[in-house]
Amino acid sequence: MPYLGGEETVRELRRALSNPHIQTDHLRYRNTIHRVIRLPGLCEYVEQPLTAGLKDKAACVRRVAVLGWAKIHALLPNTEIDAAVVNELYGLLRDPDPVVMVNCLRALEEILEEEGGVAINKPIAHHLLNRLKECDVWGQSEVLSVLQRYRPRSEDELFDILSLLDPALLSHHVPIMAATLRLFLSLCSMLPAVCVSALERARGPLLAAAGSSSRELRYAALCHIQLLLRSEPGLMGEHYKRFYCGYAEPPYIKQSKIQVLVELVNDDNVAVVLDELKGYCTDVNTETSQAAINAIGSIGRSYDDRCLGILTGLLELKQEHITSAVLQTLRDLVWVSPQYGDAVCSALEKWEDQLQDTQGRGALLWLLGVYGDRLSGAPYILEDFIDGVRSEVSAEVKTELLTATLRVFLSRPAETQDMMGRLLQHCIEEELDMCVRDQALLYYRLLHCGIEDVRRVLQCGRRSDLSLGPLIGRPPEPISQWASIFNTLEPLMLGASSNGFQFGNGPELEKALNMLSFPCTRVWFLKTLCLFVVIFQAYVMCPVPRCSPESLQVALQLVNIQTLAFTAPNKLPWKMYLYTHSSHTLTPHSSTTPPNTLILAEVLQFTML
Amino acid sequence: MISQVFILSSKGDHLIYKDFRGEAGCDAVNKFYEMVTTLTGDQPPVVMKHKELHYVHIRQGGLYWVATTKADSSPFTIIEFLNRLTALIKDYCGCLSEKSVRMNFALIYEVLDEVVDFGYIQTTSTDILKNFIQTEAVSAKPLSLFDLSNVGLFGADTQQNKVAPSVAATRPIMSSRGEQGGKNEIFVDVIERISVVIGANGVLMKADIEGEIRVKCYMPSCSEMRIGLNEEFSIGKSQLRGYGAAVRVDECSFHQAVRLDEFDTYRILKLCPSQGEQTVMQYQLCDDLPTAPPFRLFSSIERDTGGRLLIYLKLRCDLPPKRSVLHLNNNPALPLFSYSLFSSLSQELSSPDQSAELQPQNKAVHWEIPRFPGGAQLSALFKLEVPGLSSASLQEVGSISLSFELPKYTCTGLQIRFLRLSPIQPGASQRWVRYVTHSDSYTIRI
Repeated sequence: MPYLGGEETVRELRRALSNPHIQTDHLRYRNTIHRVIRLPGLCEYVEQPLTAGLKDKAACVRRVAVLGWAKIHALLPNTEIDAAVVNELYGLLRDPDPVVMVNCLRALEEILEEEGGVAINKPIAHHLLNRLKECDVWGQSEVLSVLQRYRPRSEDELFDILSLLDPALLSHHVPIMAATLRLFLSLCSMLPAVCVSALERARGPLLAAAGSSSRELRYAALCHIQLLLRSEPGLMGEHYKRFYCGYAEPPYIKQSKIQVLVELVNDDNVAVVLDELKGYCTDVNTETSQAAINAIGSIGRSYDDRCLGILTGLLELKQEHITSAVLQTLRDLVWVSPQYGDAVCSALEKWEDQLQDTQGRGALLWLLGVYGDRLSGAPYILEDFIDGVRSEVSAEVKTELLTATLRVFLSRPAETQDMMGRLLQHCIEEELDMCVRDQALLYYRLLHCGIEDVRRVLQCGRRSDLSLGPLIGRPPEPISQWASIFNTLEPLMLGASSNGFQFGNGPELEKALNMLSFPCTRVWFLKTLCLFVVIFQAYVMCPVPRCSPESLQVALQLVNIQTLAFTAPNKLPWKMYLYTHSSHTLTPHSSTTPPNTLILAEVLQFTML
Repeated sequence: MISQVFILSSKGDHLIYKDFRGEAGCDAVNKFYEMVTTLTGDQPPVVMKHKELHYVHIRQGGLYWVATTKADSSPFTIIEFLNRLTALIKDYCGCLSEKSVRMNFALIYEVLDEVVDFGYIQTTSTDILKNFIQTEAVSAKPLSLFDLSNVGLFGADTQQNKVAPSVAATRPIMSSRGEQGGKNEIFVDVIERISVVIGANGVLMKADIEGEIRVKCYMPSCSEMRIGLNEEFSIGKSQLRGYGAAVRVDECSFHQAVRLDEFDTYRILKLCPSQGEQTVMQYQLCDDLPTAPPFRLFSSIERDTGGRLLIYLKLRCDLPPKRSVLHLNNNPALPLFSYSLFSSLSQELSSPDQSAELQPQNKAVHWEIPRFPGGAQLSALFKLEVPGLSSASLQEVGSISLSFELPKYTCTGLQIRFLRLSPIQPGASQRWVRYVTHSDSYTIRI
């Protein structure tokens, strides 16, 4: 067995390498080199045959010999590859066999990795472009990705290259189309109009890939279409029917199709899409049905109240997972569009179910708290919850219950006072979870301050503030935001993580803002931060330029950092609370943070401005 | 750049494992299986990551085909490569199954050795590979008595002999070398996938057809082949040809080896097929079907006095009777109920060879019809006992999905006029043209 590397084998292979008969027979020679390269101890013997192999008559031997040098480099990373060999490899870029050419690129990329890979100058780039047609699918996509490093000298040259590549955008081999589009986006990063028309050209092949018979390919295409839609929401508008879910498709494809459908809704198709989405709400897979319900909710933010009819209709099905998802969606919806309040109230009027799901219970409690004054049954539903608070395990539900009870107390003190007392007593004296206990203590002290203060904290204006639009809606991003991850594995991984944590959860944010409107302390702010999924927390010391708070605010807005609140200018320490979205190209931790991360920051200044 | 390629059975047995770059240990295989089995349904399992190693996998033939990579490579390339690898192995082994992979492991290692070197894809074309692959495939299929039925009395030709048996195209491309003379066969398949949504009022809401022409060639060396399509074939909305019923598609793309110099005038595709299977042409048609969708359904749902749910379904096949009389498999998977389980099902079907069963895990009733001649009409009455049936539950009976296969039929009307090999092959060569339409997703809302 040649793979074992025993004495016997080594001797045999050495003999084979020097045997002229074997050297003349291409196949046997090639196979011998193949084997020898796997044995680190034999590297010194193989260099000579490899050098000879580069000049061999048979293309199959040259292919192996070229990659052989990359293997030697990988096996012995400390030894320099001879400059003459590197030159020879550069020369072989002009080899008549296209696979040898591509292999040369690959080998040089590895050997010269420290110098930044193979040097792509104008003659090499044009040579590669001209020979692109000879390569097969795999070679073409490899060459196209290497060419990304090339920067054309003039605009004329750039447009020559683009028109040469243009037909490849329509290739029905998806790898070629994707590699070409990526190259287009990187070449034309300064010409947004060209990028957009390239996206339009590639639309057909991408749509075809999204309907391919291989479902893995479908998924990859869908993930990339989602990327495209981030900057060009109108791109696929008229093709929305291509994103209808098939009956037998796996749930992960259905869910990403639903996400795409939401983006494609416009005035003309909203009724049809809603009808289709309604069909998915009763899907056997619970995640798919929840995704469909969420989708209807987010369409409802900008379109007619038919959404609400569908959602409240779904409540009648009395299915645990559907009800829970509908409640969460309603909560998020009325927070953005308060005009739906009445309809939600009438749907909740007849509420008599028992919910097991934590998220659903939280949403129900929030709705009860906000509409306690209009829902006649609210105190009685709350009473059920308070009676069962001992057996409640989730801290989230308990904090939600505290807030809801206090809110209902404000509008209907007579019915609520007694149970609120019981709840506060339980939470302060018996509760083990610190967050819940602190929350109860806060409310208890707040009640001591007087009813007006309570009202100010819990009900004042923040109920739904439209100026928070940037946190909920998403403006179209520039293409350069995602161009660097196009045609990489990342969009597919994003698809995996974005299902879990969707940003734009209104009431959570509202809770945070409520805290801020309260005379806030550092501890408060940090505690509020805990309500979000905290991914990364850091303290940074930096000098703040001497300027007025207002001009600082304007300056920060220019770089997309928004101000939540700041203290009066003459107070010390002066504080300012900021938020921003993360974007992938800017954050150094892009591989670990999910998309749409909210970054909150507290700025403390200890000297006078 | 690919670090490793491995094939796992659905139970996690290692069938094939090949490390190209020695970057990752072979514990990656176990790690992958661990990750894949702990997935909840909601996570997209195509790409996974563990410690800087990306796992890209596809499922084909009940097996996991996995490629791992360290560098951030193109997902399309890796997925397409895995798809191509399965197609290659299917060509060489005849069919894809755990058994055939096990029996042909030496051949598969040989193919992998040639296809990938040091993690870089070298070639996947059978024309080049045939010079290097020496191992012969072991056929995994046992002797089937079905094959004997094709031989007539005293070896005379039977009628069936003129129709290729359905297993003819599932044999390895290489086996012809061993047999005396071998069979020089070429199959040209027109395969269409139709996806349709029909609204509750019977209005066609969406209709898509994705079609392809696939050539499977068993000839060791094939010269030029000419495939003639319908002369009325037109692409796009503006271009209409002839006066008859035009065969129209929206978009159409060809394999790069196809020469199209006679396509514009005579609708002839010219190519030199390489051994094995390849897709010559792909086309799509959206929304505008030339004929009515093949199935129509009339339903009524009621609640009877005993609190049972009555579902009455009448299914009609709108195909012309002449065309589809042969065999027509038809198994509509029936309504999707999203409420609690049913206690019992009773059924009345219109003919004895049909069957229906309740599938509680899918909350569906499955009605299977083995044969359905064109122009015919079938009906069924299902009675379901549902605890706590309310009037709201009636609205919630979901949509009806049909899955079927229509042999000898294309929805677009695309036909192959002729199939010529030039120059004419020495020895007997057989050419087969087959048409089939599959249902990708055929949904009728109630």
